[in-house]
This record gives sequence, C-alpha cells and structure tokens, in this order.
Amino acid sequence: MPQVNGRFVPDMKSPRTPDNEEPAEERAHDFRPVDKGFTKEMALAEAERCMDCKKPLCVEGCPVNIKIPKFIEKIREQDFGAALDIIHEDSMLPAICGRVCPQENQCEGRCIRGKKSEPVAIGQLERFLGDQPELASKPQMKPANGKKVAVIGSGPSGITCAGELARNGFDVTVFEAFFTGGGVLVYGIPEFRLPKAVVKREIDGLKELGVKFEFNSVMGNLANADELLNEKGFDAIYVATGAGLPKFLNIPGENLPNVYFANEYLTRVNLMKANKFPEYDTPTKHAKQVVVFGGGNVAMDAVRTAKRLGAERAIIAYRFTTPRPRASRSCRLSRRSSSSPARTATCAP
Amino acid sequence: MYKILEKTQFSEKVFKFRIEAPEMAKHAHAGQFLMVRANETGERVPFTFADWNPEEGWVEFIFMVVGKTTKMLSTYEPGDAILDVTGPLGQPTVMAPGTTCVIGGGVGLAIAYPVARTLVKTGHEVHAIMGARTKDLLLLEDQFRELLPDDHIHITTDDGSYGEKGVVTAPLERLLQAKAVDEVFCVGPVPMMKFSTLTAEKYGTPITASLNPIMVDGTGMCGCCRVEIDGKTKFACVDGPDFDATKVDWNDLRARQAAYRTEEGQALKAYEEANCACHR
Ligand SMILES: Cc1cc2nc3c(=O)[nH]c(=O)nc-3n(C[C@H](O)[C@H](O)[C@H](O)COP(=O)(O)OP(=O)(O)OC[C@H]3O[C@@H](n4cnc5c(N)ncnc54)[C@H](O)[C@@H]3O)c2cc1C
Ligand code: SF4
Ligand code: FES
Repeated sequence: MPQVNGRFVPDMKSPRTPDNEEPAEERAHDFRPVDKGFTKEMALAEAERCMDCKKPLCVEGCPVNIKIPKFIEKIREQDFGAALDIIHEDSMLPAICGRVCPQENQCEGRCIRGKKSEPVAIGQLERFLGDQPELASKPQMKPANGKKVAVIGSGPSGITCAGELARNGFDVTVFEAFFTGGGVLVYGIPEFRLPKAVVKREIDGLKELGVKFEFNSVMGNLANADELLNEKGFDAIYVATGAGLPKFLNIPGENLPNVYFANEYLTRVNLMKANKFPEYDTPTKHAKQVVVFGGGNVAMDAVRTAKRLGAERAIIAYRFTTPRPRASRSCRLSRRSSSSPARTATCAP
Repeated sequence: MYKILEKTQFSEKVFKFRIEAPEMAKHAHAGQFLMVRANETGERVPFTFADWNPEEGWVEFIFMVVGKTTKMLSTYEPGDAILDVTGPLGQPTVMAPGTTCVIGGGVGLAIAYPVARTLVKTGHEVHAIMGARTKDLLLLEDQFRELLPDDHIHITTDDGSYGEKGVVTAPLERLLQAKAVDEVFCVGPVPMMKFSTLTAEKYGTPITASLNPIMVDGTGMCGCCRVEIDGKTKFACVDGPDFDATKVDWNDLRARQAAYRTEEGQALKAYEEANCACHR
C-alpha cells in the first residue's frame, strides 16, 4: 500500500476494475449468475483507487450511510473481517445490496472519483465482503427484553427489521404469505442477478439469531392486527408487505393470454422454476419474440429472462427518449444500445 | 407441512381432503379459497373451502382429478402431508337474504356445494341446479340431497343420461318465471355461467359468478388471475372470486383460462407415463 508521510496515496491512474462477468454468448442460455464478483486481487486493486476523502460524498449518497471509506481502508489492509464488521454496523445485507442496489444513483453516483474518471466500484467491494460472511465477528446480542414483535413480510425491509430487532433483544416472528422468505429477492429478481442461495443464507442467519418464520401466512386474512396484539401477545407489528399490485397501462388487449405483468412472468420462473417445466409443474411461455414495456430494473430482469427462455428477439420499449433507462448497473443495457436515443433497444443478456 | 386427516372419495375422480390447519379454520368463510403446493416441484393451485371447523382445527376442500396436480393429490392418503397450504384467500361469498338459486356445472359443483351449505346454514332457502355433461360426471349428488329437499334439486345432463336432458338454463328459466328465487349464484364452465347470466338478466334477477382464472400467488401480487369486470381489470384472487356476473367479460376469461392447455396436457402425460403400472 503506497504511503507518503504515513498517509495512504490512492492509485489515481488505474481505471475502474471491470466486473467479473461471464461472456454474454455463454450466459444468455442459462440462469447462472452473470457476474462472478471480484476476486481478492481485483478487490485489493479497486480499494487502492479510493481517495479516502475528508468529506466522503459516497456516504451521503448511501441511504443507510455505510462508512464506505472506512471499510475500503480495511480492505486495503486485507483485514476483510474488520471491513465487514464496519458494513454490519449499518447494513446487514451486503451480499444482497452489493448486487442489487442502484449504486450509480447512490454511493457511486456521488463518488468524487466519478467526477474526473470512473467512480470506485463500491457495490462490488461490498459484495466481495458480503460473500464471505464467515469472516465477520459474531453479532453483539443484547439480552432478551421480553418484548414480542410481529414482522409482516420477509422482503429486504422485513428481514432487515427482524435482524435489527433480534440483535436488540426482541423476540421476533416474521409472517410471510409465500412458502419461502425473501419477497422480491426470491420471486422477482432472477437467479442470474441474485442467486437464491445468497438470500437463503441471510434468512438462515436470522434463524440463528432466534428469529422465527411463519410461512404460508397471509396476514390480515389469517390473523388481523387485533388478534396479533391482543390474543397472540405481540407488543408491536412492523408491516413490510412491499409495493404490491402491478400497474396497468389501460391499453386494449392488455388482458389477452400471453400478456404478462412482470411480477407474474418473473414469479413463474424465479419462484416456481417454470424454466424447468415439466420437471417443475408450473409452465411458462417460451416466446420467440418478446417485447417488454418499461425501462427499469424490472423490465431488464424480464427481458433478460425472455432471452434465457429462448427468445430470438427480445425488445425493450420505453416511453422516454433518454439515452439510458432507469435500470441500475447490475441490469443495464449493452453499451451499443444505451448510447442510442431510440425508443427501443436490445439488451445485453 | 399440512397433514391430511381424512380422505373421502365421492366418485372415481372426486375426492375430499380434511387438512390440519388450526389458524385457517378459525378464519375461513364460504366462497374463500386456499392454495396448495403439493410438493417441492409442485405448482400452486386454488381450491375453495368445502368445510372447516375452528374447534377441531381443520379445513376441507373437494377436488376433481383434471390435471397432473389433482391426479397426484388423489394418490395422497391420510397421514401424508401437503407441503404448503395458504389461506384463507379471496373475499367471502355474500348473498342477500331470501331464496338463492345455486348453479354448479361440472367441477363447479365442488364449489357450489359449500356455498349452498353455508347459505342453508345462514337461513337462506336454496335451490340447486346441478349440471354435468353426462351422469358419471355429476358430482356430490348425495351431499346436495342431504342438504336440500328433492323438489329443490334440479339435475341436467347434456346427453340426457340422468335428470333432464339439456343445460342448466332450462330449470333456471322455470324458477325465474315462477318468481321462485331472489338471487342466483353460478360457478362452472364459462359458457354455462355466461348463458345462466343472460337468462337471469332477462328476468332482472341479480346473479353472482364465482370466477376461476388461473392463479399463481393468490395474494394480488402477480396479475395472473386478472378478469375484466365492467371494462375494468380486477384480480380474482383479492377482488373476487365472486363478481356481478352481468359485468364479466366472458371471452376474456375463457381465453385466459385456456392459455396453458397445451402445457397442462404435457404435464399430465409426463406424470402418467412416469407413474403408470407398466413403468413401475
Ligand atoms: C423484478 C424486480 C427487480 C428489482 N430490482 C431491484 C434492484 O436491482 N435494485 C433495487 O434497489 N430494487 C429493485 N427492485 C425493487 C425492490 O425489490 C423493492 O424495493 C424491495 O423488494 C422492497 O422490499 P420490501 O421488503 O419492502 O418488499 P417485498 O420484497 O415486496 O416483500 C414483501 C413481502 O411481504 C409479503 N406479504 C405481502 N402481503 C403480505 C401479508 N398480508 N401477510 C404476509 N406477508 C405478506 C410478500 O409475499 C413479500 O414476500 C426490484 C423489484 C422487482 C419487482
Ligand atoms: S467518494 Fe469515492 S473516493 Fe471518496 S471516499 Fe467515497 S468511495 Fe472513496
Ligand atoms: S393470482 Fe396473482 S394476483 Fe391473483
């Protein structure tokens, strides 16, 4: 680690370490993860690029204000356990957030290095640490305080809250409508962007902290707030039931068969494994030509799924003429199409 | 895991399961449904509650073997467990006080029966019109007969092999003409529901249809179950399954129901080939 007068000197020459991706032509046909994540060498090289700013704007850009330069410093020192502990002070889901957070609008979007060259690959570094959970110190558990909390929904919101409460001594039960935990992380975001094993690891971690999970539990129908508070002895309820209903376009024909809302299209494949039909019972359509309306993460997940289900032509149709739709980096468009102002674009798989 | 406490076979293809589910039993209402995922590779399929008992902690549903999942379920025995059962889902059936005509066609009879039973329990006078293609496909006749007097049961078969030859609209029309019913509830194949609706409309009698589109999550998240009601998109799993039948776009429902016919056939064939006696 280069130093002058005892102070670290950042590497101002090297370009941003590129993602460790599978070649497009190979990955387009199956659901294996697209991005293999940084190797140790890549992480160390990238960590050298951080300037350890006095006023780190990246931290302001992060919704939970992770102490980014501090954990990057620990990466440089190769003390990965300490680096992970620093992240854990503010976020318990680095393996997930490192993969799916829209970093280009948050931490990396504000990174000072991004002004003259490319921002530090903060998300990749976060993920690099999150994927080695065994290095973290055992979480500090406060003694049980005798209070019971019901968390409704097991998406990122529910599991974050559950973990936080459990560490602070609360007795937590998560009620989830589906048969498995993770919310959008398991039914929405595809395997190739966020492996389900990563989500399972987080859920298992919560179980180890003593969090109980009740699946197949549609709250409101199976028990209402009154019953939870007055009959089942909960002291508080945290509602994390997600964004819910799909939005309609109100255009003729939108209810025809073979027209899907992304939630259905993605749930069939991600949660019900329709790509493995008939080994799994849930079918889906394997269309040769697919058009996806929208330009965010969900649209990218859908169009990339269509490719993997065998589409010869998969098209994004987006209502704005901005050069680049709103999707985050982990599901961005290919460079060729992202520089084109056209309303439709083909997508890198 | 949800344990099967009892299995009753009504006919060659019709079964009833009693499942241990204490919380669900406390909150179930007529017209609501549950969703089953039989095993790890299973799909999620909806079944209407046939009965429930909060004291003993069980719920029941009736099903007819039509595809792979129901075929596989029919091989489950008491003591076996179903991997996932979720419910209660959907809105309860609400009928105005008075005399109700409950029409069930084909497998729809498995849904019509619990509705009829609840209506009887809540003080309604009930007429049942039971329709089937042929005698062997007529479900739950004994159960309906136990529930209702004989002159309140009207049976039709398409081929005339039992009851009156023809379709359910003939007895419906007679009841409406005689002003014998205040309200109609129907469940079954789309053409049956559509023509029942046209008939009821002719007499200005309110009619409710229980719609059965394909579902995936059953909680209003995916939009698979969407139906067009009065030109607006509704989700059968959370807004229904009961809707004002005069407002339903039947062509849309029919098309959406048929969307996976080919795949359903494929799945059943694969299952039968893997499980038939000659391959075992
Ligand atoms: C396909 C897709 C891709 C996305 N990609 C990104 C991305 O790359 N980056 C990003 O930042 N965001 C992304 N998002 C958005 C992100 O997933 C959501 O902001 C996030 O999941 C919200 O988390 P949550 O915990 O509030 O809700 P959810 O993840 O929706 O979880 C809610 C949970 O509550 C359960 N539930 C609902 N009602 C009940 C009830 N009555 N009783 C019990 N349980 C109930 C649901 O089954 C679900 O499991 C994406 C969304 C989708 C759909
Ligand atoms: S803004 Fe960029 S360079 Fe500065 S501390 Fe944050 S990550 Fe490092
Ligand atoms: S089945 Fe998914 S919204 Fe109704």
